[in-house]
Amino acid sequence: MMVDIKGLTKKYGSFVALNNLNLTLDEGVVFGFVGANGAGKSTTFSILATLLSPTSGDAFINGKSVVREPKEVRKLIGYMPDFFGVYDQLKADEYLDFYGASYGLSADERKVLIPQLLELVNLTHKRYEYVDLLSRGMKQRLCLARSLIHDPKVLILDEPASGLDPRARIEMRDILKHLKSMGKTILISSHILPELAEMCDEIGVIDNGKLIAHGNVAAIQEQLQGDKRVIVKVMDQLEKARAFFEEDPYISSIEVADGKKEISFNYRGKTEDQVNLLRKALLADIPIYTLTEEEKDLEDVFMAITKGADEA
Amino acid sequence: MMERFSNPVLLKELKLRFRAFKSFSGLMFYLAVLCIFVAGFLLIYTQFSGTSFFRPNDSFTMFAVLSVLQMGLVMFMTPGLTAGAISTEREKQTLNILLTTTQSSTQIIIGKLLSSVAFLILMLVAGLPLYSLVFLFGGVSPSQFITIFLLYLVTLVAIGSIGIMFSTITKKTIVSMIATYGAMIFLGGITAFFFFIGVSMEQMSMGMSTATPFSPITYFWASINPGALMVTILYPEMANSLESVVGISLPIWVVYLIFYILLTAFCLFVAIRKLRANMKTNR
Ligand SMILES: Nc1ncnc2c1ncn2[C@@H]1O[C@H](COP(=O)(O)OP(=O)(O)OP(=O)(O)O)[C@@H](O)[C@H]1O
Ligand SMILES: [Mg+2]
Repeated sequence: MMVDIKGLTKKYGSFVALNNLNLTLDEGVVFGFVGANGAGKSTTFSILATLLSPTSGDAFINGKSVVREPKEVRKLIGYMPDFFGVYDQLKADEYLDFYGASYGLSADERKVLIPQLLELVNLTHKRYEYVDLLSRGMKQRLCLARSLIHDPKVLILDEPASGLDPRARIEMRDILKHLKSMGKTILISSHILPELAEMCDEIGVIDNGKLIAHGNVAAIQEQLQGDKRVIVKVMDQLEKARAFFEEDPYISSIEVADGKKEISFNYRGKTEDQVNLLRKALLADIPIYTLTEEEKDLEDVFMAITKGADEA
Repeated sequence: MMERFSNPVLLKELKLRFRAFKSFSGLMFYLAVLCIFVAGFLLIYTQFSGTSFFRPNDSFTMFAVLSVLQMGLVMFMTPGLTAGAISTEREKQTLNILLTTTQSSTQIIIGKLLSSVAFLILMLVAGLPLYSLVFLFGGVSPSQFITIFLLYLVTLVAIGSIGIMFSTITKKTIVSMIATYGAMIFLGGITAFFFFIGVSMEQMSMGMSTATPFSPITYFWASINPGALMVTILYPEMANSLESVVGISLPIWVVYLIFYILLTAFCLFVAIRKLRANMKTNR
């Protein structure tokens, strides 16, 4: 077990930001931390990064307590905050050199490492550029390189893709995949859920300081597969199509979008039933030209789960 | 082996400081003030004393005034250099990252302090050529000169530590600046004011009784005032008249040294303790 969070609670005055959070992660796992604004993701990560002390509870990185052995924990983690600044008047390689020295690496070690890290994050061409002149995405990647300089076992990345354009996001994801292949345990928080789905082994959903779901991506998605939504597009005869679908026992919550000539409904039947339905529809002369299933991505999972927690 | 003793924060700060134009312009400003002063002093003395000589006595006066001026400049610049040491990193959001490195809090605080002290020492050294003029004309002993420089050092390290402490415990640089300048003005000015109040009260009561004076509080105010110490170093006879007023013969530099060293230690201790979230006691 690489990360072990035990009963973590953080209060700001009477406000409970984290409420008895428990979580364990094995080595090499990529964990996606999902939650609405103010749910407590950054608070959790700050405690793991030894920047904030918990009100109660503890967390262990490779068996070292963040409360009692913060110095040991710092050797094990690479941390990237949600908001960070850079020193003006340092060049990219000097920036990395400073942090390398801060982790006690020798000048020779740094000399070897820095070009490798810059290569990893595709910043070799910016090596002698002043850091504050780099673009947001480049700074983000440089900060990631910085968090890797002491070869930590665990990476704690607080919204590493925020503020990046789609291309930069894909680049960031490729770098993270590479790090995963190196066997690092990675914790990522994000608002942008679909991008977490394909990258993460496990997802945790936090709401109001409580971990309300934790499992692998498929398991969490499966919880919601019961009521998939099907979208049918017809060339014309919208009313006839609607009447047809209303008769099917597996169909509920029909909605008709007149302008788009589109009918959508919840479908509870199995795949064979769906084949039959489609066959019957064509025989009944309904001019269907496409039938699609709405993607159940993490966004929906997230919405569904947090809504459930609110009602409880 | 070298890495064990090197201080990354110190090295980085020095690099940044010497790259910044404002360091260069600050140094130039400082030297300009000193040069204008010395030139003006020489001009006035040779023009208006009626002689075209510059006597050792005048040279000593110049040394005295130059020393006080330099002390004033150093005291004025130290808060500006140190009161933002930690808080600007907090404001620029570089502090969190720095605190997750394996450097100890002591290393970070000492690195910040030493980089500011190094710059101030550079300033003092840059002003040395002007002092050579004083030596050229005579009237000043090297030991006096060295004592004055040690006094600068003790004082600027103490004020620097106050700046670092406020910078660590306050969220905003502006608050830290105000607090540090406040502390500096207290040490440099308010203590003198309290001292003079003490002296005048002493003189009033002296008319009534014949007892030998004894006023440790007045003595204390004088002994922690950098200006007072400087005057007693430059003019030893002043130490005697102070003794006759407060009735304590212990030289004030002893108290000064103890007070400023304790102050430095206290401020650095607080800064080191407060830099990071205190994990163990906050549980
Ligand atoms: N220093 C503080 N004092 C008081 N409340 C705080 C403090 N820091 C955070 N909070 C509160 O704690 C809660 C959790 O904040 P946190 O930053 O962990 O949320 P988050 O999940 O990272 O949100 P986001 O997605 O917006 O980054 C919020 O309601 C926030 O207002
Ligand atoms: Mg956050």
